[in-house]
Amino acid sequence: MSATLDIRLKRANKVYHEAEVVAGVVVILSKEAVQHQGITLTMEGVVNLQLSSKSVGVFEAFYNSVKPIQLITSNIEVVKPGKVPGGKTEIPFEFPLQVKSNKVLYETYHGVFVNIQYTLRCDMKRSLLAKDLSKTCEFIVHCQPQKAKLQPSPVDFTITPETLQNVRERGSLPKFLIRGHLDATNCVITQPLTGELVVESSEVPIKSIELQLVRVETCGCAEGYARDATEIQNIQIAEGDVCHGLPIPIYMVFPRLFTCPTLETTNFKVEFEVNVVIVLHDDHLITENFPLKLCRV
Amino acid sequence: MASVQWHSRVRKYEAEVQYCRSETVPVEFGDYHPLKPITVTDSKSRKSGRKGSTSSSSSSSSSVALDPLTSILDGTDPLSLFAAASASEAPTLSHSASAGELGRKRREKEEEVGTDFEPWSTKRGEILARFTTTEKLSINLFMGSEKSKATSPSSAVSEKVRTRLEELDDLEEGSQREMLNLSQQDYVNRIEELNQSLKEAWASDQKVKALKIVIQCSKLLSDTSVIRFYPSKFVLITDILDTFGRLVYERIWSMCSDPRPLTDSFSVEDVNDTAKETCLNWFFKIASIRELIPRLYVEAAILKCNRFLSKTGIQETLPRLTAMIRGIGDPLVAVYARAYLCRVGMEVAPHLKDSLNKNFFDLLASFRQIHSDSVQNQLVLQRVEIPVYLTLYSPAIHWILQCVSYRAPEALLTEMMERCKKLGNNALLLNSVMWAFRAEFVAARATDFIGMIKDCDEAGFPKHLLFGSLGRSLACADPPENEKLPILNEAWKVITKVRSPQDYINCAEIWVEFTCRHFTKREVNTVLADIIKHMTPDRAFEDAYPQLQSVIKKILAYFHDFSVLFSMERFLPFLDMFQKDSVRVEVCKSIMEVFIKHQQEPTRDPVILNALLYICKTMHDSVNALTLDDERRSLALLINGFIRMVSFGRDFEQQLSFCVEARATFCNLEPVIIQLIHTVNQLAMETRRVMKGNHSRKTAAFVRACAAYSFITIPSLTSIFSRLNLYLLSGQVALANQCLSQADAFLKTAVSILPEVPRTISIEGKLRSSESFLLDFINNFLSTLLVVPDHPEQGVLYLVRGLLNMVQDYTWEDNSDAKIRVYISALPLLAALSQESYLYTVPKVDSNETLYGGDPKFVAEINKLCETLIGQVLDHLKSLGRDEGLRRQSSLAFSLFGCLLAHGDLRNNKLNQLAVNLWNLSHKHGYCETRTSVRTLEYIKHQALQQDMAHLSEMLLRLSLQSRA
Repeated sequence: MSATLDIRLKRANKVYHEAEVVAGVVVILSKEAVQHQGITLTMEGVVNLQLSSKSVGVFEAFYNSVKPIQLITSNIEVVKPGKVPGGKTEIPFEFPLQVKSNKVLYETYHGVFVNIQYTLRCDMKRSLLAKDLSKTCEFIVHCQPQKAKLQPSPVDFTITPETLQNVRERGSLPKFLIRGHLDATNCVITQPLTGELVVESSEVPIKSIELQLVRVETCGCAEGYARDATEIQNIQIAEGDVCHGLPIPIYMVFPRLFTCPTLETTNFKVEFEVNVVIVLHDDHLITENFPLKLCRV
Repeated sequence: MASVQWHSRVRKYEAEVQYCRSETVPVEFGDYHPLKPITVTDSKSRKSGRKGSTSSSSSSSSSVALDPLTSILDGTDPLSLFAAASASEAPTLSHSASAGELGRKRREKEEEVGTDFEPWSTKRGEILARFTTTEKLSINLFMGSEKSKATSPSSAVSEKVRTRLEELDDLEEGSQREMLNLSQQDYVNRIEELNQSLKEAWASDQKVKALKIVIQCSKLLSDTSVIRFYPSKFVLITDILDTFGRLVYERIWSMCSDPRPLTDSFSVEDVNDTAKETCLNWFFKIASIRELIPRLYVEAAILKCNRFLSKTGIQETLPRLTAMIRGIGDPLVAVYARAYLCRVGMEVAPHLKDSLNKNFFDLLASFRQIHSDSVQNQLVLQRVEIPVYLTLYSPAIHWILQCVSYRAPEALLTEMMERCKKLGNNALLLNSVMWAFRAEFVAARATDFIGMIKDCDEAGFPKHLLFGSLGRSLACADPPENEKLPILNEAWKVITKVRSPQDYINCAEIWVEFTCRHFTKREVNTVLADIIKHMTPDRAFEDAYPQLQSVIKKILAYFHDFSVLFSMERFLPFLDMFQKDSVRVEVCKSIMEVFIKHQQEPTRDPVILNALLYICKTMHDSVNALTLDDERRSLALLINGFIRMVSFGRDFEQQLSFCVEARATFCNLEPVIIQLIHTVNQLAMETRRVMKGNHSRKTAAFVRACAAYSFITIPSLTSIFSRLNLYLLSGQVALANQCLSQADAFLKTAVSILPEVPRTISIEGKLRSSESFLLDFINNFLSTLLVVPDHPEQGVLYLVRGLLNMVQDYTWEDNSDAKIRVYISALPLLAALSQESYLYTVPKVDSNETLYGGDPKFVAEINKLCETLIGQVLDHLKSLGRDEGLRRQSSLAFSLFGCLLAHGDLRNNKLNQLAVNLWNLSHKHGYCETRTSVRTLEYIKHQALQQDMAHLSEMLLRLSLQSRA
């Protein structure tokens, strides 16, 4: 008497855009016929915000999490109460991805303090004696391409001991000259971040050069707002004492789910930055920060 | 039974021959013969489309035979068809378990790289063998490759949960495992274990774990702590990467198999969304690998999977990965990463030359890194010297250059060379250029190369390696004609200055080929002299036998004229350097093999003879009690080959004295002694031929000397049958040369050693009864005895009697009829002896026919002997009267009957009666073969038609066929 419920979306990548139809099948697998009191499908899109314990107190962080923001919710009955025959039953469904007038569908994003998630839930209600069955399946929403034309925004940078801020003892710093450029800080999310970096000179050998992708999440609430920067990923682009004067490529793919087009709403913000981190052999850490603007075209 | 009286039938051989001839039906050619190629004549038109006249001449036996099998099967032999099919399918059959093999096969097929591209697999072994270490290695893994087996069994959690928890432990708490103090073998084993666990993880659907293993392995490549081992480590770990790349590709491939499998030349449109998504997932996962080196290697490993995503994927990825390598600071790590990328690139997209070139140019751009401080520090720390360190680069740079230069236009190669030239201290590159570029290209610029080599910094890459590489190219391709000598001079000037004997010989060995190829013995001699000079001090040659052997091999490959070869003064002194017996013999053998293969004419050149005699003596002297039979045989074969090639023409005496010398030299090898006896016998016959049978006093003495040679040599042989046969043969030769007493001595000795024949002899390691051999020999011997005249001082038929006495005394096997068979076969001889004129005679030797002239006493003597023999046979037949002897009795009786029929005078009533009795005896118990009996009767009927044979028809009536009821 074990029936399993599954949702299979038609698209392999599970990516949908606004106004599209989420289509798929509900699959019921069972040896015998299953008696039920209706199978329903629920689509839900929620923004979960969480305050970090750094910005507010630990307890507040725990209790005062900001109320989730519903983006979309709708419900349909797939099958009326009755009986599903034994074996494999596939029930097709179609769900329009349509929002109410004033709401916007944000792009799916999995962060630390901000989570934007879309789910499809299938429920099978059953009589009192048997447990209800339920299955949830996440699907991914990509927002519509931005209409505004993307401004190419290359950045050149030069890092020397003099250009650094936040230095404790400037005197102990070894001499170095690192130049480079990012091809764009207005990035298309599907395209990698690219650029080049040249170590022109360095007194102390270089241990490693890394690209650190950082998200900056801001949550607004009654008490004000909390802004936190956390690392998404760290990509090493150079290891060891690299050849001086030879350009090293900067290349980073934006990870899916963990990045989304830069987002600014009344309640929260999701922004991204990249740090070029140079670690010297004497463990000096030199960081150059570049804010990014991600978009989808 | 009363004693029978023997009367030989009087034979008129001439008449018989005449009679037989008239009867013979001329054999018609064109008759079926099983050994003749079958020529099918086919009047029907062949079904296969094969054209060609349907030949109707079936008689020609020389025409190219049309095999009926092949013609039926449309010209293709079914076996070769199968073979061809299985050649492509064999891997599938044998490795059907792993789909990987199949995929690889498939991949190989679509490669555009021809067979002229030396594949990685051949380099692999070389690298593993060459770069080894005795230092301790360590593997540092952040993740367990296998579950720890020491989990507490007390826990009640289900197995599934437990493993799940363990996995979490493994992955999260960092089962960081550091294995220290591994020997090289341990290290290799560990890596192999990782390879296995990768496959297991993959098979059990733990894709994440598989990826982790691969990442951890490729991370090991950033570690250069035991730098000498790095090339081998690279080989081992890239094996794992290859496995991984294959697994991923196969998996995605198999996802597209619905509804039908992808073809080899699939396009992106044929790939379904699920497969694309999976593939994309892999790439995203790999793109987020933190460290540079694992990210690079793993992405390179699955480079081929780009085909599932886009048409241009590989084309775009290769340059990006190439550029990415610039981020690797350690030059050695970087160069191997480049080699791997080139390898994968060559495999997946051989047409994308640009990224190969770019790799090379990047390598040049970062070349100065090799001399950077951090590298120097590391070398000091690990106590590795610069020349050793530089050689670590060679395999990778060779490979890169090989990829770059493969079917590359001349202009590109020139450009590459120019670029290399511009870099300071470019010996390493130069070396690889010479290795990897086409030999013709290098050879054409050999003079330039020599100039460049000379300009190189002495402290860096060892120069002898550079010259070695150049020599290797020159061995395959010819430099311009007028530059050859200057090249050799320049090169040798440097080579001769190499101080370490090992380095010297490695280099010299290569250049020997060039020298042999283009120069005469004078130059080769000089080179040999130089090698001897270098290798003799401190017995340096002891460590260089393989190279020295290779020198000899190369010389032998080019100098087939042994008179030239041995006229090189330094050749034999060079041989003297092989002082280890096994190697020495090996070298001698190779020389002899070449001699036997290439020497066409017999020779008498004293230089060749002396040298080869010396070489053969060396081989011979290596034989001792422990030498294996096979080894003895092969040595003897080589020496025999030499002896056969020695000929002094008409100078027979010289030849004989050579044989005397050879006998003294090769006394331990029986086959050689046998060969020598044959040679001497041949010599005697040759003398006879030259003298046309009339020996002068001098030649008579000479042939007697030959006989004496044989006579004193034969006893030294241990094999009894060799001795017997040689005695007989030498006896025949002596007889032919009218040396009666010598012949007599040979035959007498043969008879006298008959009792020594053991009852069993060992043939090819198995004990076999010697009986059949002995019978053969005796029969052969008997037929010779017909022409041997009796010794005047001995009695009549002294040798025949002697032989028969020996036969009588010989301890035959129990239950054997051999003795009786000898008796029966002696009867025809005796019958032949009693004829007035013999069947055959030796020219200029008076046989008994002339000596006795058919004297009745002589005939009576023979008859008496016959009667004794028949008496013996009959006695024996009687003793076989019991059950188990009946079959033998029948067969023997029939033999004797046949003998009587052919040689006895059956007009004599007693003999006639005896014959009839024997016939009946042989048929009494039904053991006789009816077919033989019938044919015998027919023969008698036929004979009866002749003159004087009428009595046979009368006898015929008394012979009845007993049908076997």
